[in-house]
Amino acid sequence: MRNFRLLVPLLAVLFVALAPGTAAAQGDEVVTGPGFGARALQALLDGVQFGAIIAITAVGLSLVFGTTHLINFAHGELVTIGAVVAFFLNISAGLHLVVAALIAVLIGALVGAILQLGLWAPLRRRGVGMINMFIVTIGLSLLLRHVILIFFGTRPQSYREYDIQRAIDLGPVGITPRDLTIVLISVGLLVGVALMLQKTRIGTAIRALSSNRDLAEASGIDVNRVVLVVWTLGGGLAAIGGVFFGLTEIITWDMGFRLLLLMFAGIILGGLGTAYGAMVGSFVVGIVAQMSSLWFPIDLQNAWALLALILVLLIRPQGILGQRERVG
Amino acid sequence: MDWEVILSDALRSGIGPIAAVYALAAIGLNLHFGYTGLLNFGQIGFMLVGAYGVAASVSTFGLSLWVGVLIGLGSSVILALLLGLPTLRLRAEYLAIATIAAGEILRLFYRSSWAEPVTGGVFGLQQFADEFFDINPIPRDQYGFWLVNYSSRDLWVLLVAWGLVALFAGVMALMVHSPWGRVIRSIREDEDAVRSLGKSVYAYKMQSLVFGGAIGSLAGMMLAIQNQSVNPDTYNPVETFFLYTLLVLGGAGRMLGPVIGSILFWAILSFFDSALRQAISAGYISSDVLSAAEIGAARFALVGLGLMLLMIFRPQGIFGSRREMLLDVR
Repeated sequence: MRNFRLLVPLLAVLFVALAPGTAAAQGDEVVTGPGFGARALQALLDGVQFGAIIAITAVGLSLVFGTTHLINFAHGELVTIGAVVAFFLNISAGLHLVVAALIAVLIGALVGAILQLGLWAPLRRRGVGMINMFIVTIGLSLLLRHVILIFFGTRPQSYREYDIQRAIDLGPVGITPRDLTIVLISVGLLVGVALMLQKTRIGTAIRALSSNRDLAEASGIDVNRVVLVVWTLGGGLAAIGGVFFGLTEIITWDMGFRLLLLMFAGIILGGLGTAYGAMVGSFVVGIVAQMSSLWFPIDLQNAWALLALILVLLIRPQGILGQRERVG
Repeated sequence: MDWEVILSDALRSGIGPIAAVYALAAIGLNLHFGYTGLLNFGQIGFMLVGAYGVAASVSTFGLSLWVGVLIGLGSSVILALLLGLPTLRLRAEYLAIATIAAGEILRLFYRSSWAEPVTGGVFGLQQFADEFFDINPIPRDQYGFWLVNYSSRDLWVLLVAWGLVALFAGVMALMVHSPWGRVIRSIREDEDAVRSLGKSVYAYKMQSLVFGGAIGSLAGMMLAIQNQSVNPDTYNPVETFFLYTLLVLGGAGRMLGPVIGSILFWAILSFFDSALRQAISAGYISSDVLSAAEIGAARFALVGLGLMLLMIFRPQGIFGSRREMLLDVR
């Protein structure tokens, strides 16, 4: 069986390399400007920033999976809702982006709570099977995404504030004050989530539920309440992640869906269902995506991140922080 | 509102080549999801390698179309092995995420500037299926009834596409009722029970993934051939969701489920589309509420809503039996 596992990466390389074999020569053009070391550091920094945004959205997805075993395909739409709500408050209602973002987070949390109370809890009571619920999330994702499209339109948009900034020079690398703030806030929020999971009663309950639902229920934890908290938290975090993603790149109607696959990659890399794994995995995904552009065309950066996901499934399917018995 | 036009639009879509292509892809998906219980969310990836197998063989390498078909089938087998080897031993969710990721990876690679000399990048490839149309035996004329008309070219495409659908629906029926099919279905019901009887669950799942994927790649080829063009952005992950919707609509785990599902799915979509367009132009719906450009979005939202409602209230679809669709992750 070990041989088979080696065979797959080989086949993968063959498969990817065969088609564009003749194109390899393209990458050989001479690069001018900063040296490789400086570019690598810059890519690493960009990767950390991208990873922070993925992490902040993926934590909610991972917590939902951990507590309910539901793979929520509609989580990307929670991200888009955050970005789009902030956009309308920022541009149409004329609020400052900070205020708009705070309201967007509240609305994101509310949407998360409404989904749990109005959809998932009733479905669970009806005894709808897990795979069926999984497909329901796909339907929900299609529905929400295209409703957003009708309201928002296909044109990419930006927020009014913090659009174009001069980078602060940090030796060989540079980062704009906006991006630095985003990284700091994201890391702060991630630490906050981690502290909550470790120190508070509700955090302990969430971890208990993730590790064994029946045991948690039997020891008197109100499962529905904990799951509601997780959905609210996940919705809020997704919304703030959406605002950050819209700030660093651009707001589009399908931004959440494009981010969703990277979130999945991060979650599986780190270990399905573990919140800390999702954080670690997301940073890996962000860094792989940005660093790959050192060697490969930039339009392939997300493809490399997703390829990393498939490689991890081969080598260590339980992920970086996952436990072995959870995968089989 | 001209109801005759609306109904004929719906009929034309329902029996059209796209419906046939989706029916064929859904037959493959039905083997994965309906019979084996595998959550393959990357059926579109199989369609993509099939389509590009044909297109790149002819356009880029100057091979015959029929060699291209073999290359496309070969690529789909390799893709199935690649996906199956790491994930089929893991829980169902892993296959789901790995397959949807793989579909997206393939799309990104095929459309990248890096692969452009072979795949045409974002521009895709065109005019590679002349060999297919050269052997068209139907004399040049207009064929049709009511408001539905076809040229001999369209009719040839339809004939071959629905022929393939009929062929594989038949093959699938035979396979599922063979001893092999009984093992496959029992894997869906209870993997451990099958394992305790000494069957290699892994090998059976792999066979199912390869065979269903190969059928998916044939659907991709048919799609490419009838358009005489391939473009990577046709092969979006969303298309797999449509396949699931129509499969669930028709009834997963039923022989005719994907076929009836596809016909109904496209007929309903087209009906909705055509009716909305007419309602807007006749002024029944104010263009402030929904403009003509937003109809496409509205119908996708409808697909999403339909999939949710089906899955909640009638997961067995039109033909399925509820008992067979109470799936659960192990």
